[in-house]
Amino acid sequence: MAIGLISIIAMFMMDTNADPEYNHNRAWANIFTSAFFFMGIALAAAFFLGLQYAAEAGWATSIKRVIEAVTMYLPWGLSALFLFFIVSQLHMNHFYVWMDPAAAEHDPIIAGKMGYFGAFWWIRTVLYMIAWLWFTLKLRKNSLEADKLDIDVNNSYHWKNVKLGAWFMVVFGVTSSTAAWDWLLSIDIHWFSTLYGWYAFSGMWISAMVTITMLIVWLKKLGYLDFVTESTVHDMGKWMFAISFLWTYLYFSQFMLIWYSDIPEEVIYFQTRWESYKALMWTVLMVNFAFPMVMLMSRDSKRNFFFLIFVGTIILVGHFLDVVMMVMPGTVGHHWTGLSWMEFGTFFFFLGLFLYVVLNALTKAPLKVKNHPFIEESLHHSI
Amino acid sequence: MATKQIIHGVFGDEVPMMEACKKLRASGIRVKDVFTPFPVHGLDPVIGVPRTRLAICAFIYGITGMSLATLMMWYMQIHDWPADIGGKPNWAYYFNIPAFIPITFESTVFCAAHGMALTYLLRCWLVPGAKAKNPDPRTTDDKFLVYLELNDEQAKKADAILKENGAEEVNYKGTLHIEPAY
Repeated sequence: MAIGLISIIAMFMMDTNADPEYNHNRAWANIFTSAFFFMGIALAAAFFLGLQYAAEAGWATSIKRVIEAVTMYLPWGLSALFLFFIVSQLHMNHFYVWMDPAAAEHDPIIAGKMGYFGAFWWIRTVLYMIAWLWFTLKLRKNSLEADKLDIDVNNSYHWKNVKLGAWFMVVFGVTSSTAAWDWLLSIDIHWFSTLYGWYAFSGMWISAMVTITMLIVWLKKLGYLDFVTESTVHDMGKWMFAISFLWTYLYFSQFMLIWYSDIPEEVIYFQTRWESYKALMWTVLMVNFAFPMVMLMSRDSKRNFFFLIFVGTIILVGHFLDVVMMVMPGTVGHHWTGLSWMEFGTFFFFLGLFLYVVLNALTKAPLKVKNHPFIEESLHHSI
Repeated sequence: MATKQIIHGVFGDEVPMMEACKKLRASGIRVKDVFTPFPVHGLDPVIGVPRTRLAICAFIYGITGMSLATLMMWYMQIHDWPADIGGKPNWAYYFNIPAFIPITFESTVFCAAHGMALTYLLRCWLVPGAKAKNPDPRTTDDKFLVYLELNDEQAKKADAILKENGAEEVNYKGTLHIEPAY
């Protein structure tokens, strides 16, 4: 693990030095893409955990520690993004056009939007990060505290988490959309889409569900999660199937509304993608929609561990490419020459960091929750 | 001519009922049916109900809905009366495909859902005016009933298994006369 990490860091160091002709934009865009992708996984896992509490759902209790471990990457992911934003603000790259003070002077559209960006953008960014971290760490802390007790009378920690989860849903419902606008949509600052937040969020969510499912299957094969029933894995397979449809729905809705209205300033977003990224666009749609639909439709495939890992890997790569497609056209534009070792290098660096943090978090606590009112229900989950 | 006893094993809880069903099946006795006040998860494989084929029906209905929608839209929007909406090209189906996708999707879901519901209702014969096949009204309240049709030898075995596994009552509801098939 450590050796792998060091080699990945070495690869990453080479990345940032590569190709000055892109203004370093491509290397920076790569860092942002990978940092955001893995942060999104952790964030959506935190959302899913909060959702389980808010809905008082019992089935996922036996895999709660796996979800929690994935959320534990959130501080790292957010720090990576935060560092990236600071670097951008210091004008070490040209990632966000509006961060350049000269941009507003020449461009009336950017000038009109500067009230929302600028200092207010920074206030929001910091607020999102604090809020998400607070909820995630608190959920995890309560869960671990409950484990320390011999018996949790009145399930006090559980009820605390139910409240936290419900509030997290409220906070997350607003901030997930606005954060996606602030961090991703503002790359293409001339364009705006209200659907964008949900589209970005659904991409994060499916990635998180796939990651959690793959971790469960892997741990179960190693024998650490023998108490997790096959029905729980089946349910996770259903989530993978369902959320890949949610993503497709939002992705297509955004495209279709713009295609149908055919207004030049809106079409430009898809025009750049259609011209320079056509192959990638089709790949993303096929891999993230048609592939999981065909492969995960039957009940047996959702219970077949090999299948889940196989499909999951491909969906994860597909959604990484989806983030690439959100970021690259607005930053690198026609300089982009297709996927290269730079994309994969940064991807593997963050993958290594992610796995290191998550697996470390998995070892920190017993995989079976002790004081949780729904644990018995979850152990007998059968569908 | 063979004679079979009709046996009702009545349980107060689903867990002993499941156990009894497992034991019955293990000793080679066929569980004809089980009546419960609410759906019991995992009961189907225990009493040997074959896997449902409703999913296959759903797939066929979905394909039907998709084809119907495609045909309808092609005829209405392209072939019979090409409608010029927002200057969108309309001389071939595939030019306008983004606009057709929502309807195709909705029609697929509509046909699959309604087809499945109707198939289910017809297959269970839950039509208006149908008589309830419930052998004991208490199964709609708080009792679980295992329904068996067995010959005398098996009936003795089943009686013992049911009582051992916590059946509250074992009721004999008369006999069935089955003509042997020649």
